[in-house]
Amino acid sequence: MQPAIRIADVRKSFGALHALNGVSFDIQQGEFFGLLGPNGAGKSTLINIIAGLIQPSSGSISVMGHDVISHWRAARQSLGVVPQELVFDPFFNVRDMLRLQAGYFGCGKESWPWIDEMLDALELSSKRSTSMRALSGGMKRRVLIAQALVHKPKVVILDEPTAGVDVELRRTLWGFMRRLHAQGTTVVLTTHYLEEAQEMCSRIAILDQGEVKALEPTRTLLQRHPFRFLTLSFSGAPLPEGLRPFVHAEADGSIELKLDRRTQPVAAVLEQLRVEGCVVNDIHTREPDLEDIFVELTKK
Amino acid sequence: MSVFGNPYGFRTLFFKECRRFTAVLGQTVGAPVITALLYLLVFAQAMSGRTPVYEGVSYSAFLVPGLIMMTVIQNAFANTSSSLIQSKVMGNLVFVRLAPIGAVEWFVAYVGAALVRCLLVAGAMLAVTAPFLQLPFARPLELFVIFALGATALAAGGVIVGLISQKFDHIAAFTNFFITPLSFLSGVFYSVSALPPFWATASHFNPFFYMIDGFRYGMFGQADAPILMSLAWCAAFAAVMSGIALKMLADGYSLRK
Repeated sequence: MQPAIRIADVRKSFGALHALNGVSFDIQQGEFFGLLGPNGAGKSTLINIIAGLIQPSSGSISVMGHDVISHWRAARQSLGVVPQELVFDPFFNVRDMLRLQAGYFGCGKESWPWIDEMLDALELSSKRSTSMRALSGGMKRRVLIAQALVHKPKVVILDEPTAGVDVELRRTLWGFMRRLHAQGTTVVLTTHYLEEAQEMCSRIAILDQGEVKALEPTRTLLQRHPFRFLTLSFSGAPLPEGLRPFVHAEADGSIELKLDRRTQPVAAVLEQLRVEGCVVNDIHTREPDLEDIFVELTKK
Repeated sequence: MSVFGNPYGFRTLFFKECRRFTAVLGQTVGAPVITALLYLLVFAQAMSGRTPVYEGVSYSAFLVPGLIMMTVIQNAFANTSSSLIQSKVMGNLVFVRLAPIGAVEWFVAYVGAALVRCLLVAGAMLAVTAPFLQLPFARPLELFVIFALGATALAAGGVIVGLISQKFDHIAAFTNFFITPLSFLSGVFYSVSALPPFWATASHFNPFFYMIDGFRYGMFGQADAPILMSLAWCAAFAAVMSGIALKMLADGYSLRK
């Protein structure tokens, strides 16, 4: 089966700035894929090249087997993109915006039931005749999501869809995207909310300074670093000097240590504390989450 | 790959562009008609008693085709340029850019909508002046061809300027420093043959002159320049402007950096 998106040695420069330095990877059909990276990592540039909004300096990208430059019509027909910015056309109401967008993709009246279905699913039914300019930011975001899906694309890219939106919309959005994904749609998500990526994505690429720093299933990525975090609150003697280098965070009288699970068993640390005269009052351990991995991989 | 491979997408974009200006019809059709009628009223009064430029054609009647074509020129340019700059500034141009709509479809939809607006403006002006002036429509075919070529050229010019411009000020500058002066200095209010030799010669290098003069020929069967020359100038101007606009759209000028 051909990949949903194939990215082959894509480079993009803006003058002296190298936004992408030879990025290559595939996103398989049916994946819920996370594309993560700090600001300026090259995520948006890559998405814009996939969408045909900008041209790469070199390399190639195909969507569902269609090259985004030589077979751009078929590639765009296969793709839906939810842009990061809250853009809208003030001349039209919600339903007209969606019908127009469907029309751009060659879909006529046959798409209207699907549009109504999306309006219901995204809780926009009561706003169907409301002018775009009268909608709140969250409502506009919902319309953008529906616009990206009007032509039932096989691949959907969500570029930071939950930036600055409330909890209710997030729940609505993720519920809807889970439903689409279950029906076979490939979903590519960029977000700065790493807990969302951890929860939703089965595979993740981390981009930094225009290069792929990690590309692994989420579970593998989470197990990639042999760290464990041990939070202690204790009294008596101060923290032994030998443990100082492992302090990861300190707050409200408790200390979080970042330990290598292969060489620093928790029992050994507790024994060291006891020997040095510390009385442990409370103890808590946690495994690294995606944010810890992300920080580890992208730290300068 | 077909240059017109998404006819439904083209149709949608064309109707969307038409709806964009019909949503504010008073501003896009009503206002230019009122402005042109005010010119007609003021100049017809001020110049009454003047020797007719063409035999059997009153000065008021002489003014009407020139004013219509001048308004067409200005509105064709305004329609495409304002649509593009609004979409760029608002950011909603991305909706079309993400769709499988090619440069030719995009161009024809935008220019086609501008032509519809110009037809409405010209029709409204003719309807308003009809009770007061008998206009002969001596050469309707030439009249329509000159109208279509002139409107196409300026609509294509609007696409070019809309793509180049980054803010509304840029469009205003093009309008104020090129479109308005060239359309006023093209024989709308006078026959260029009455100008001093230098300015009469200079006028013959202004493409807007041929649009207005050719349109006037279509109305009265007589004009300053031979109709074939007007047709050739208008066709060449429309072809050059359309070619540049299409090339810029195909290359994604200022859009696909």
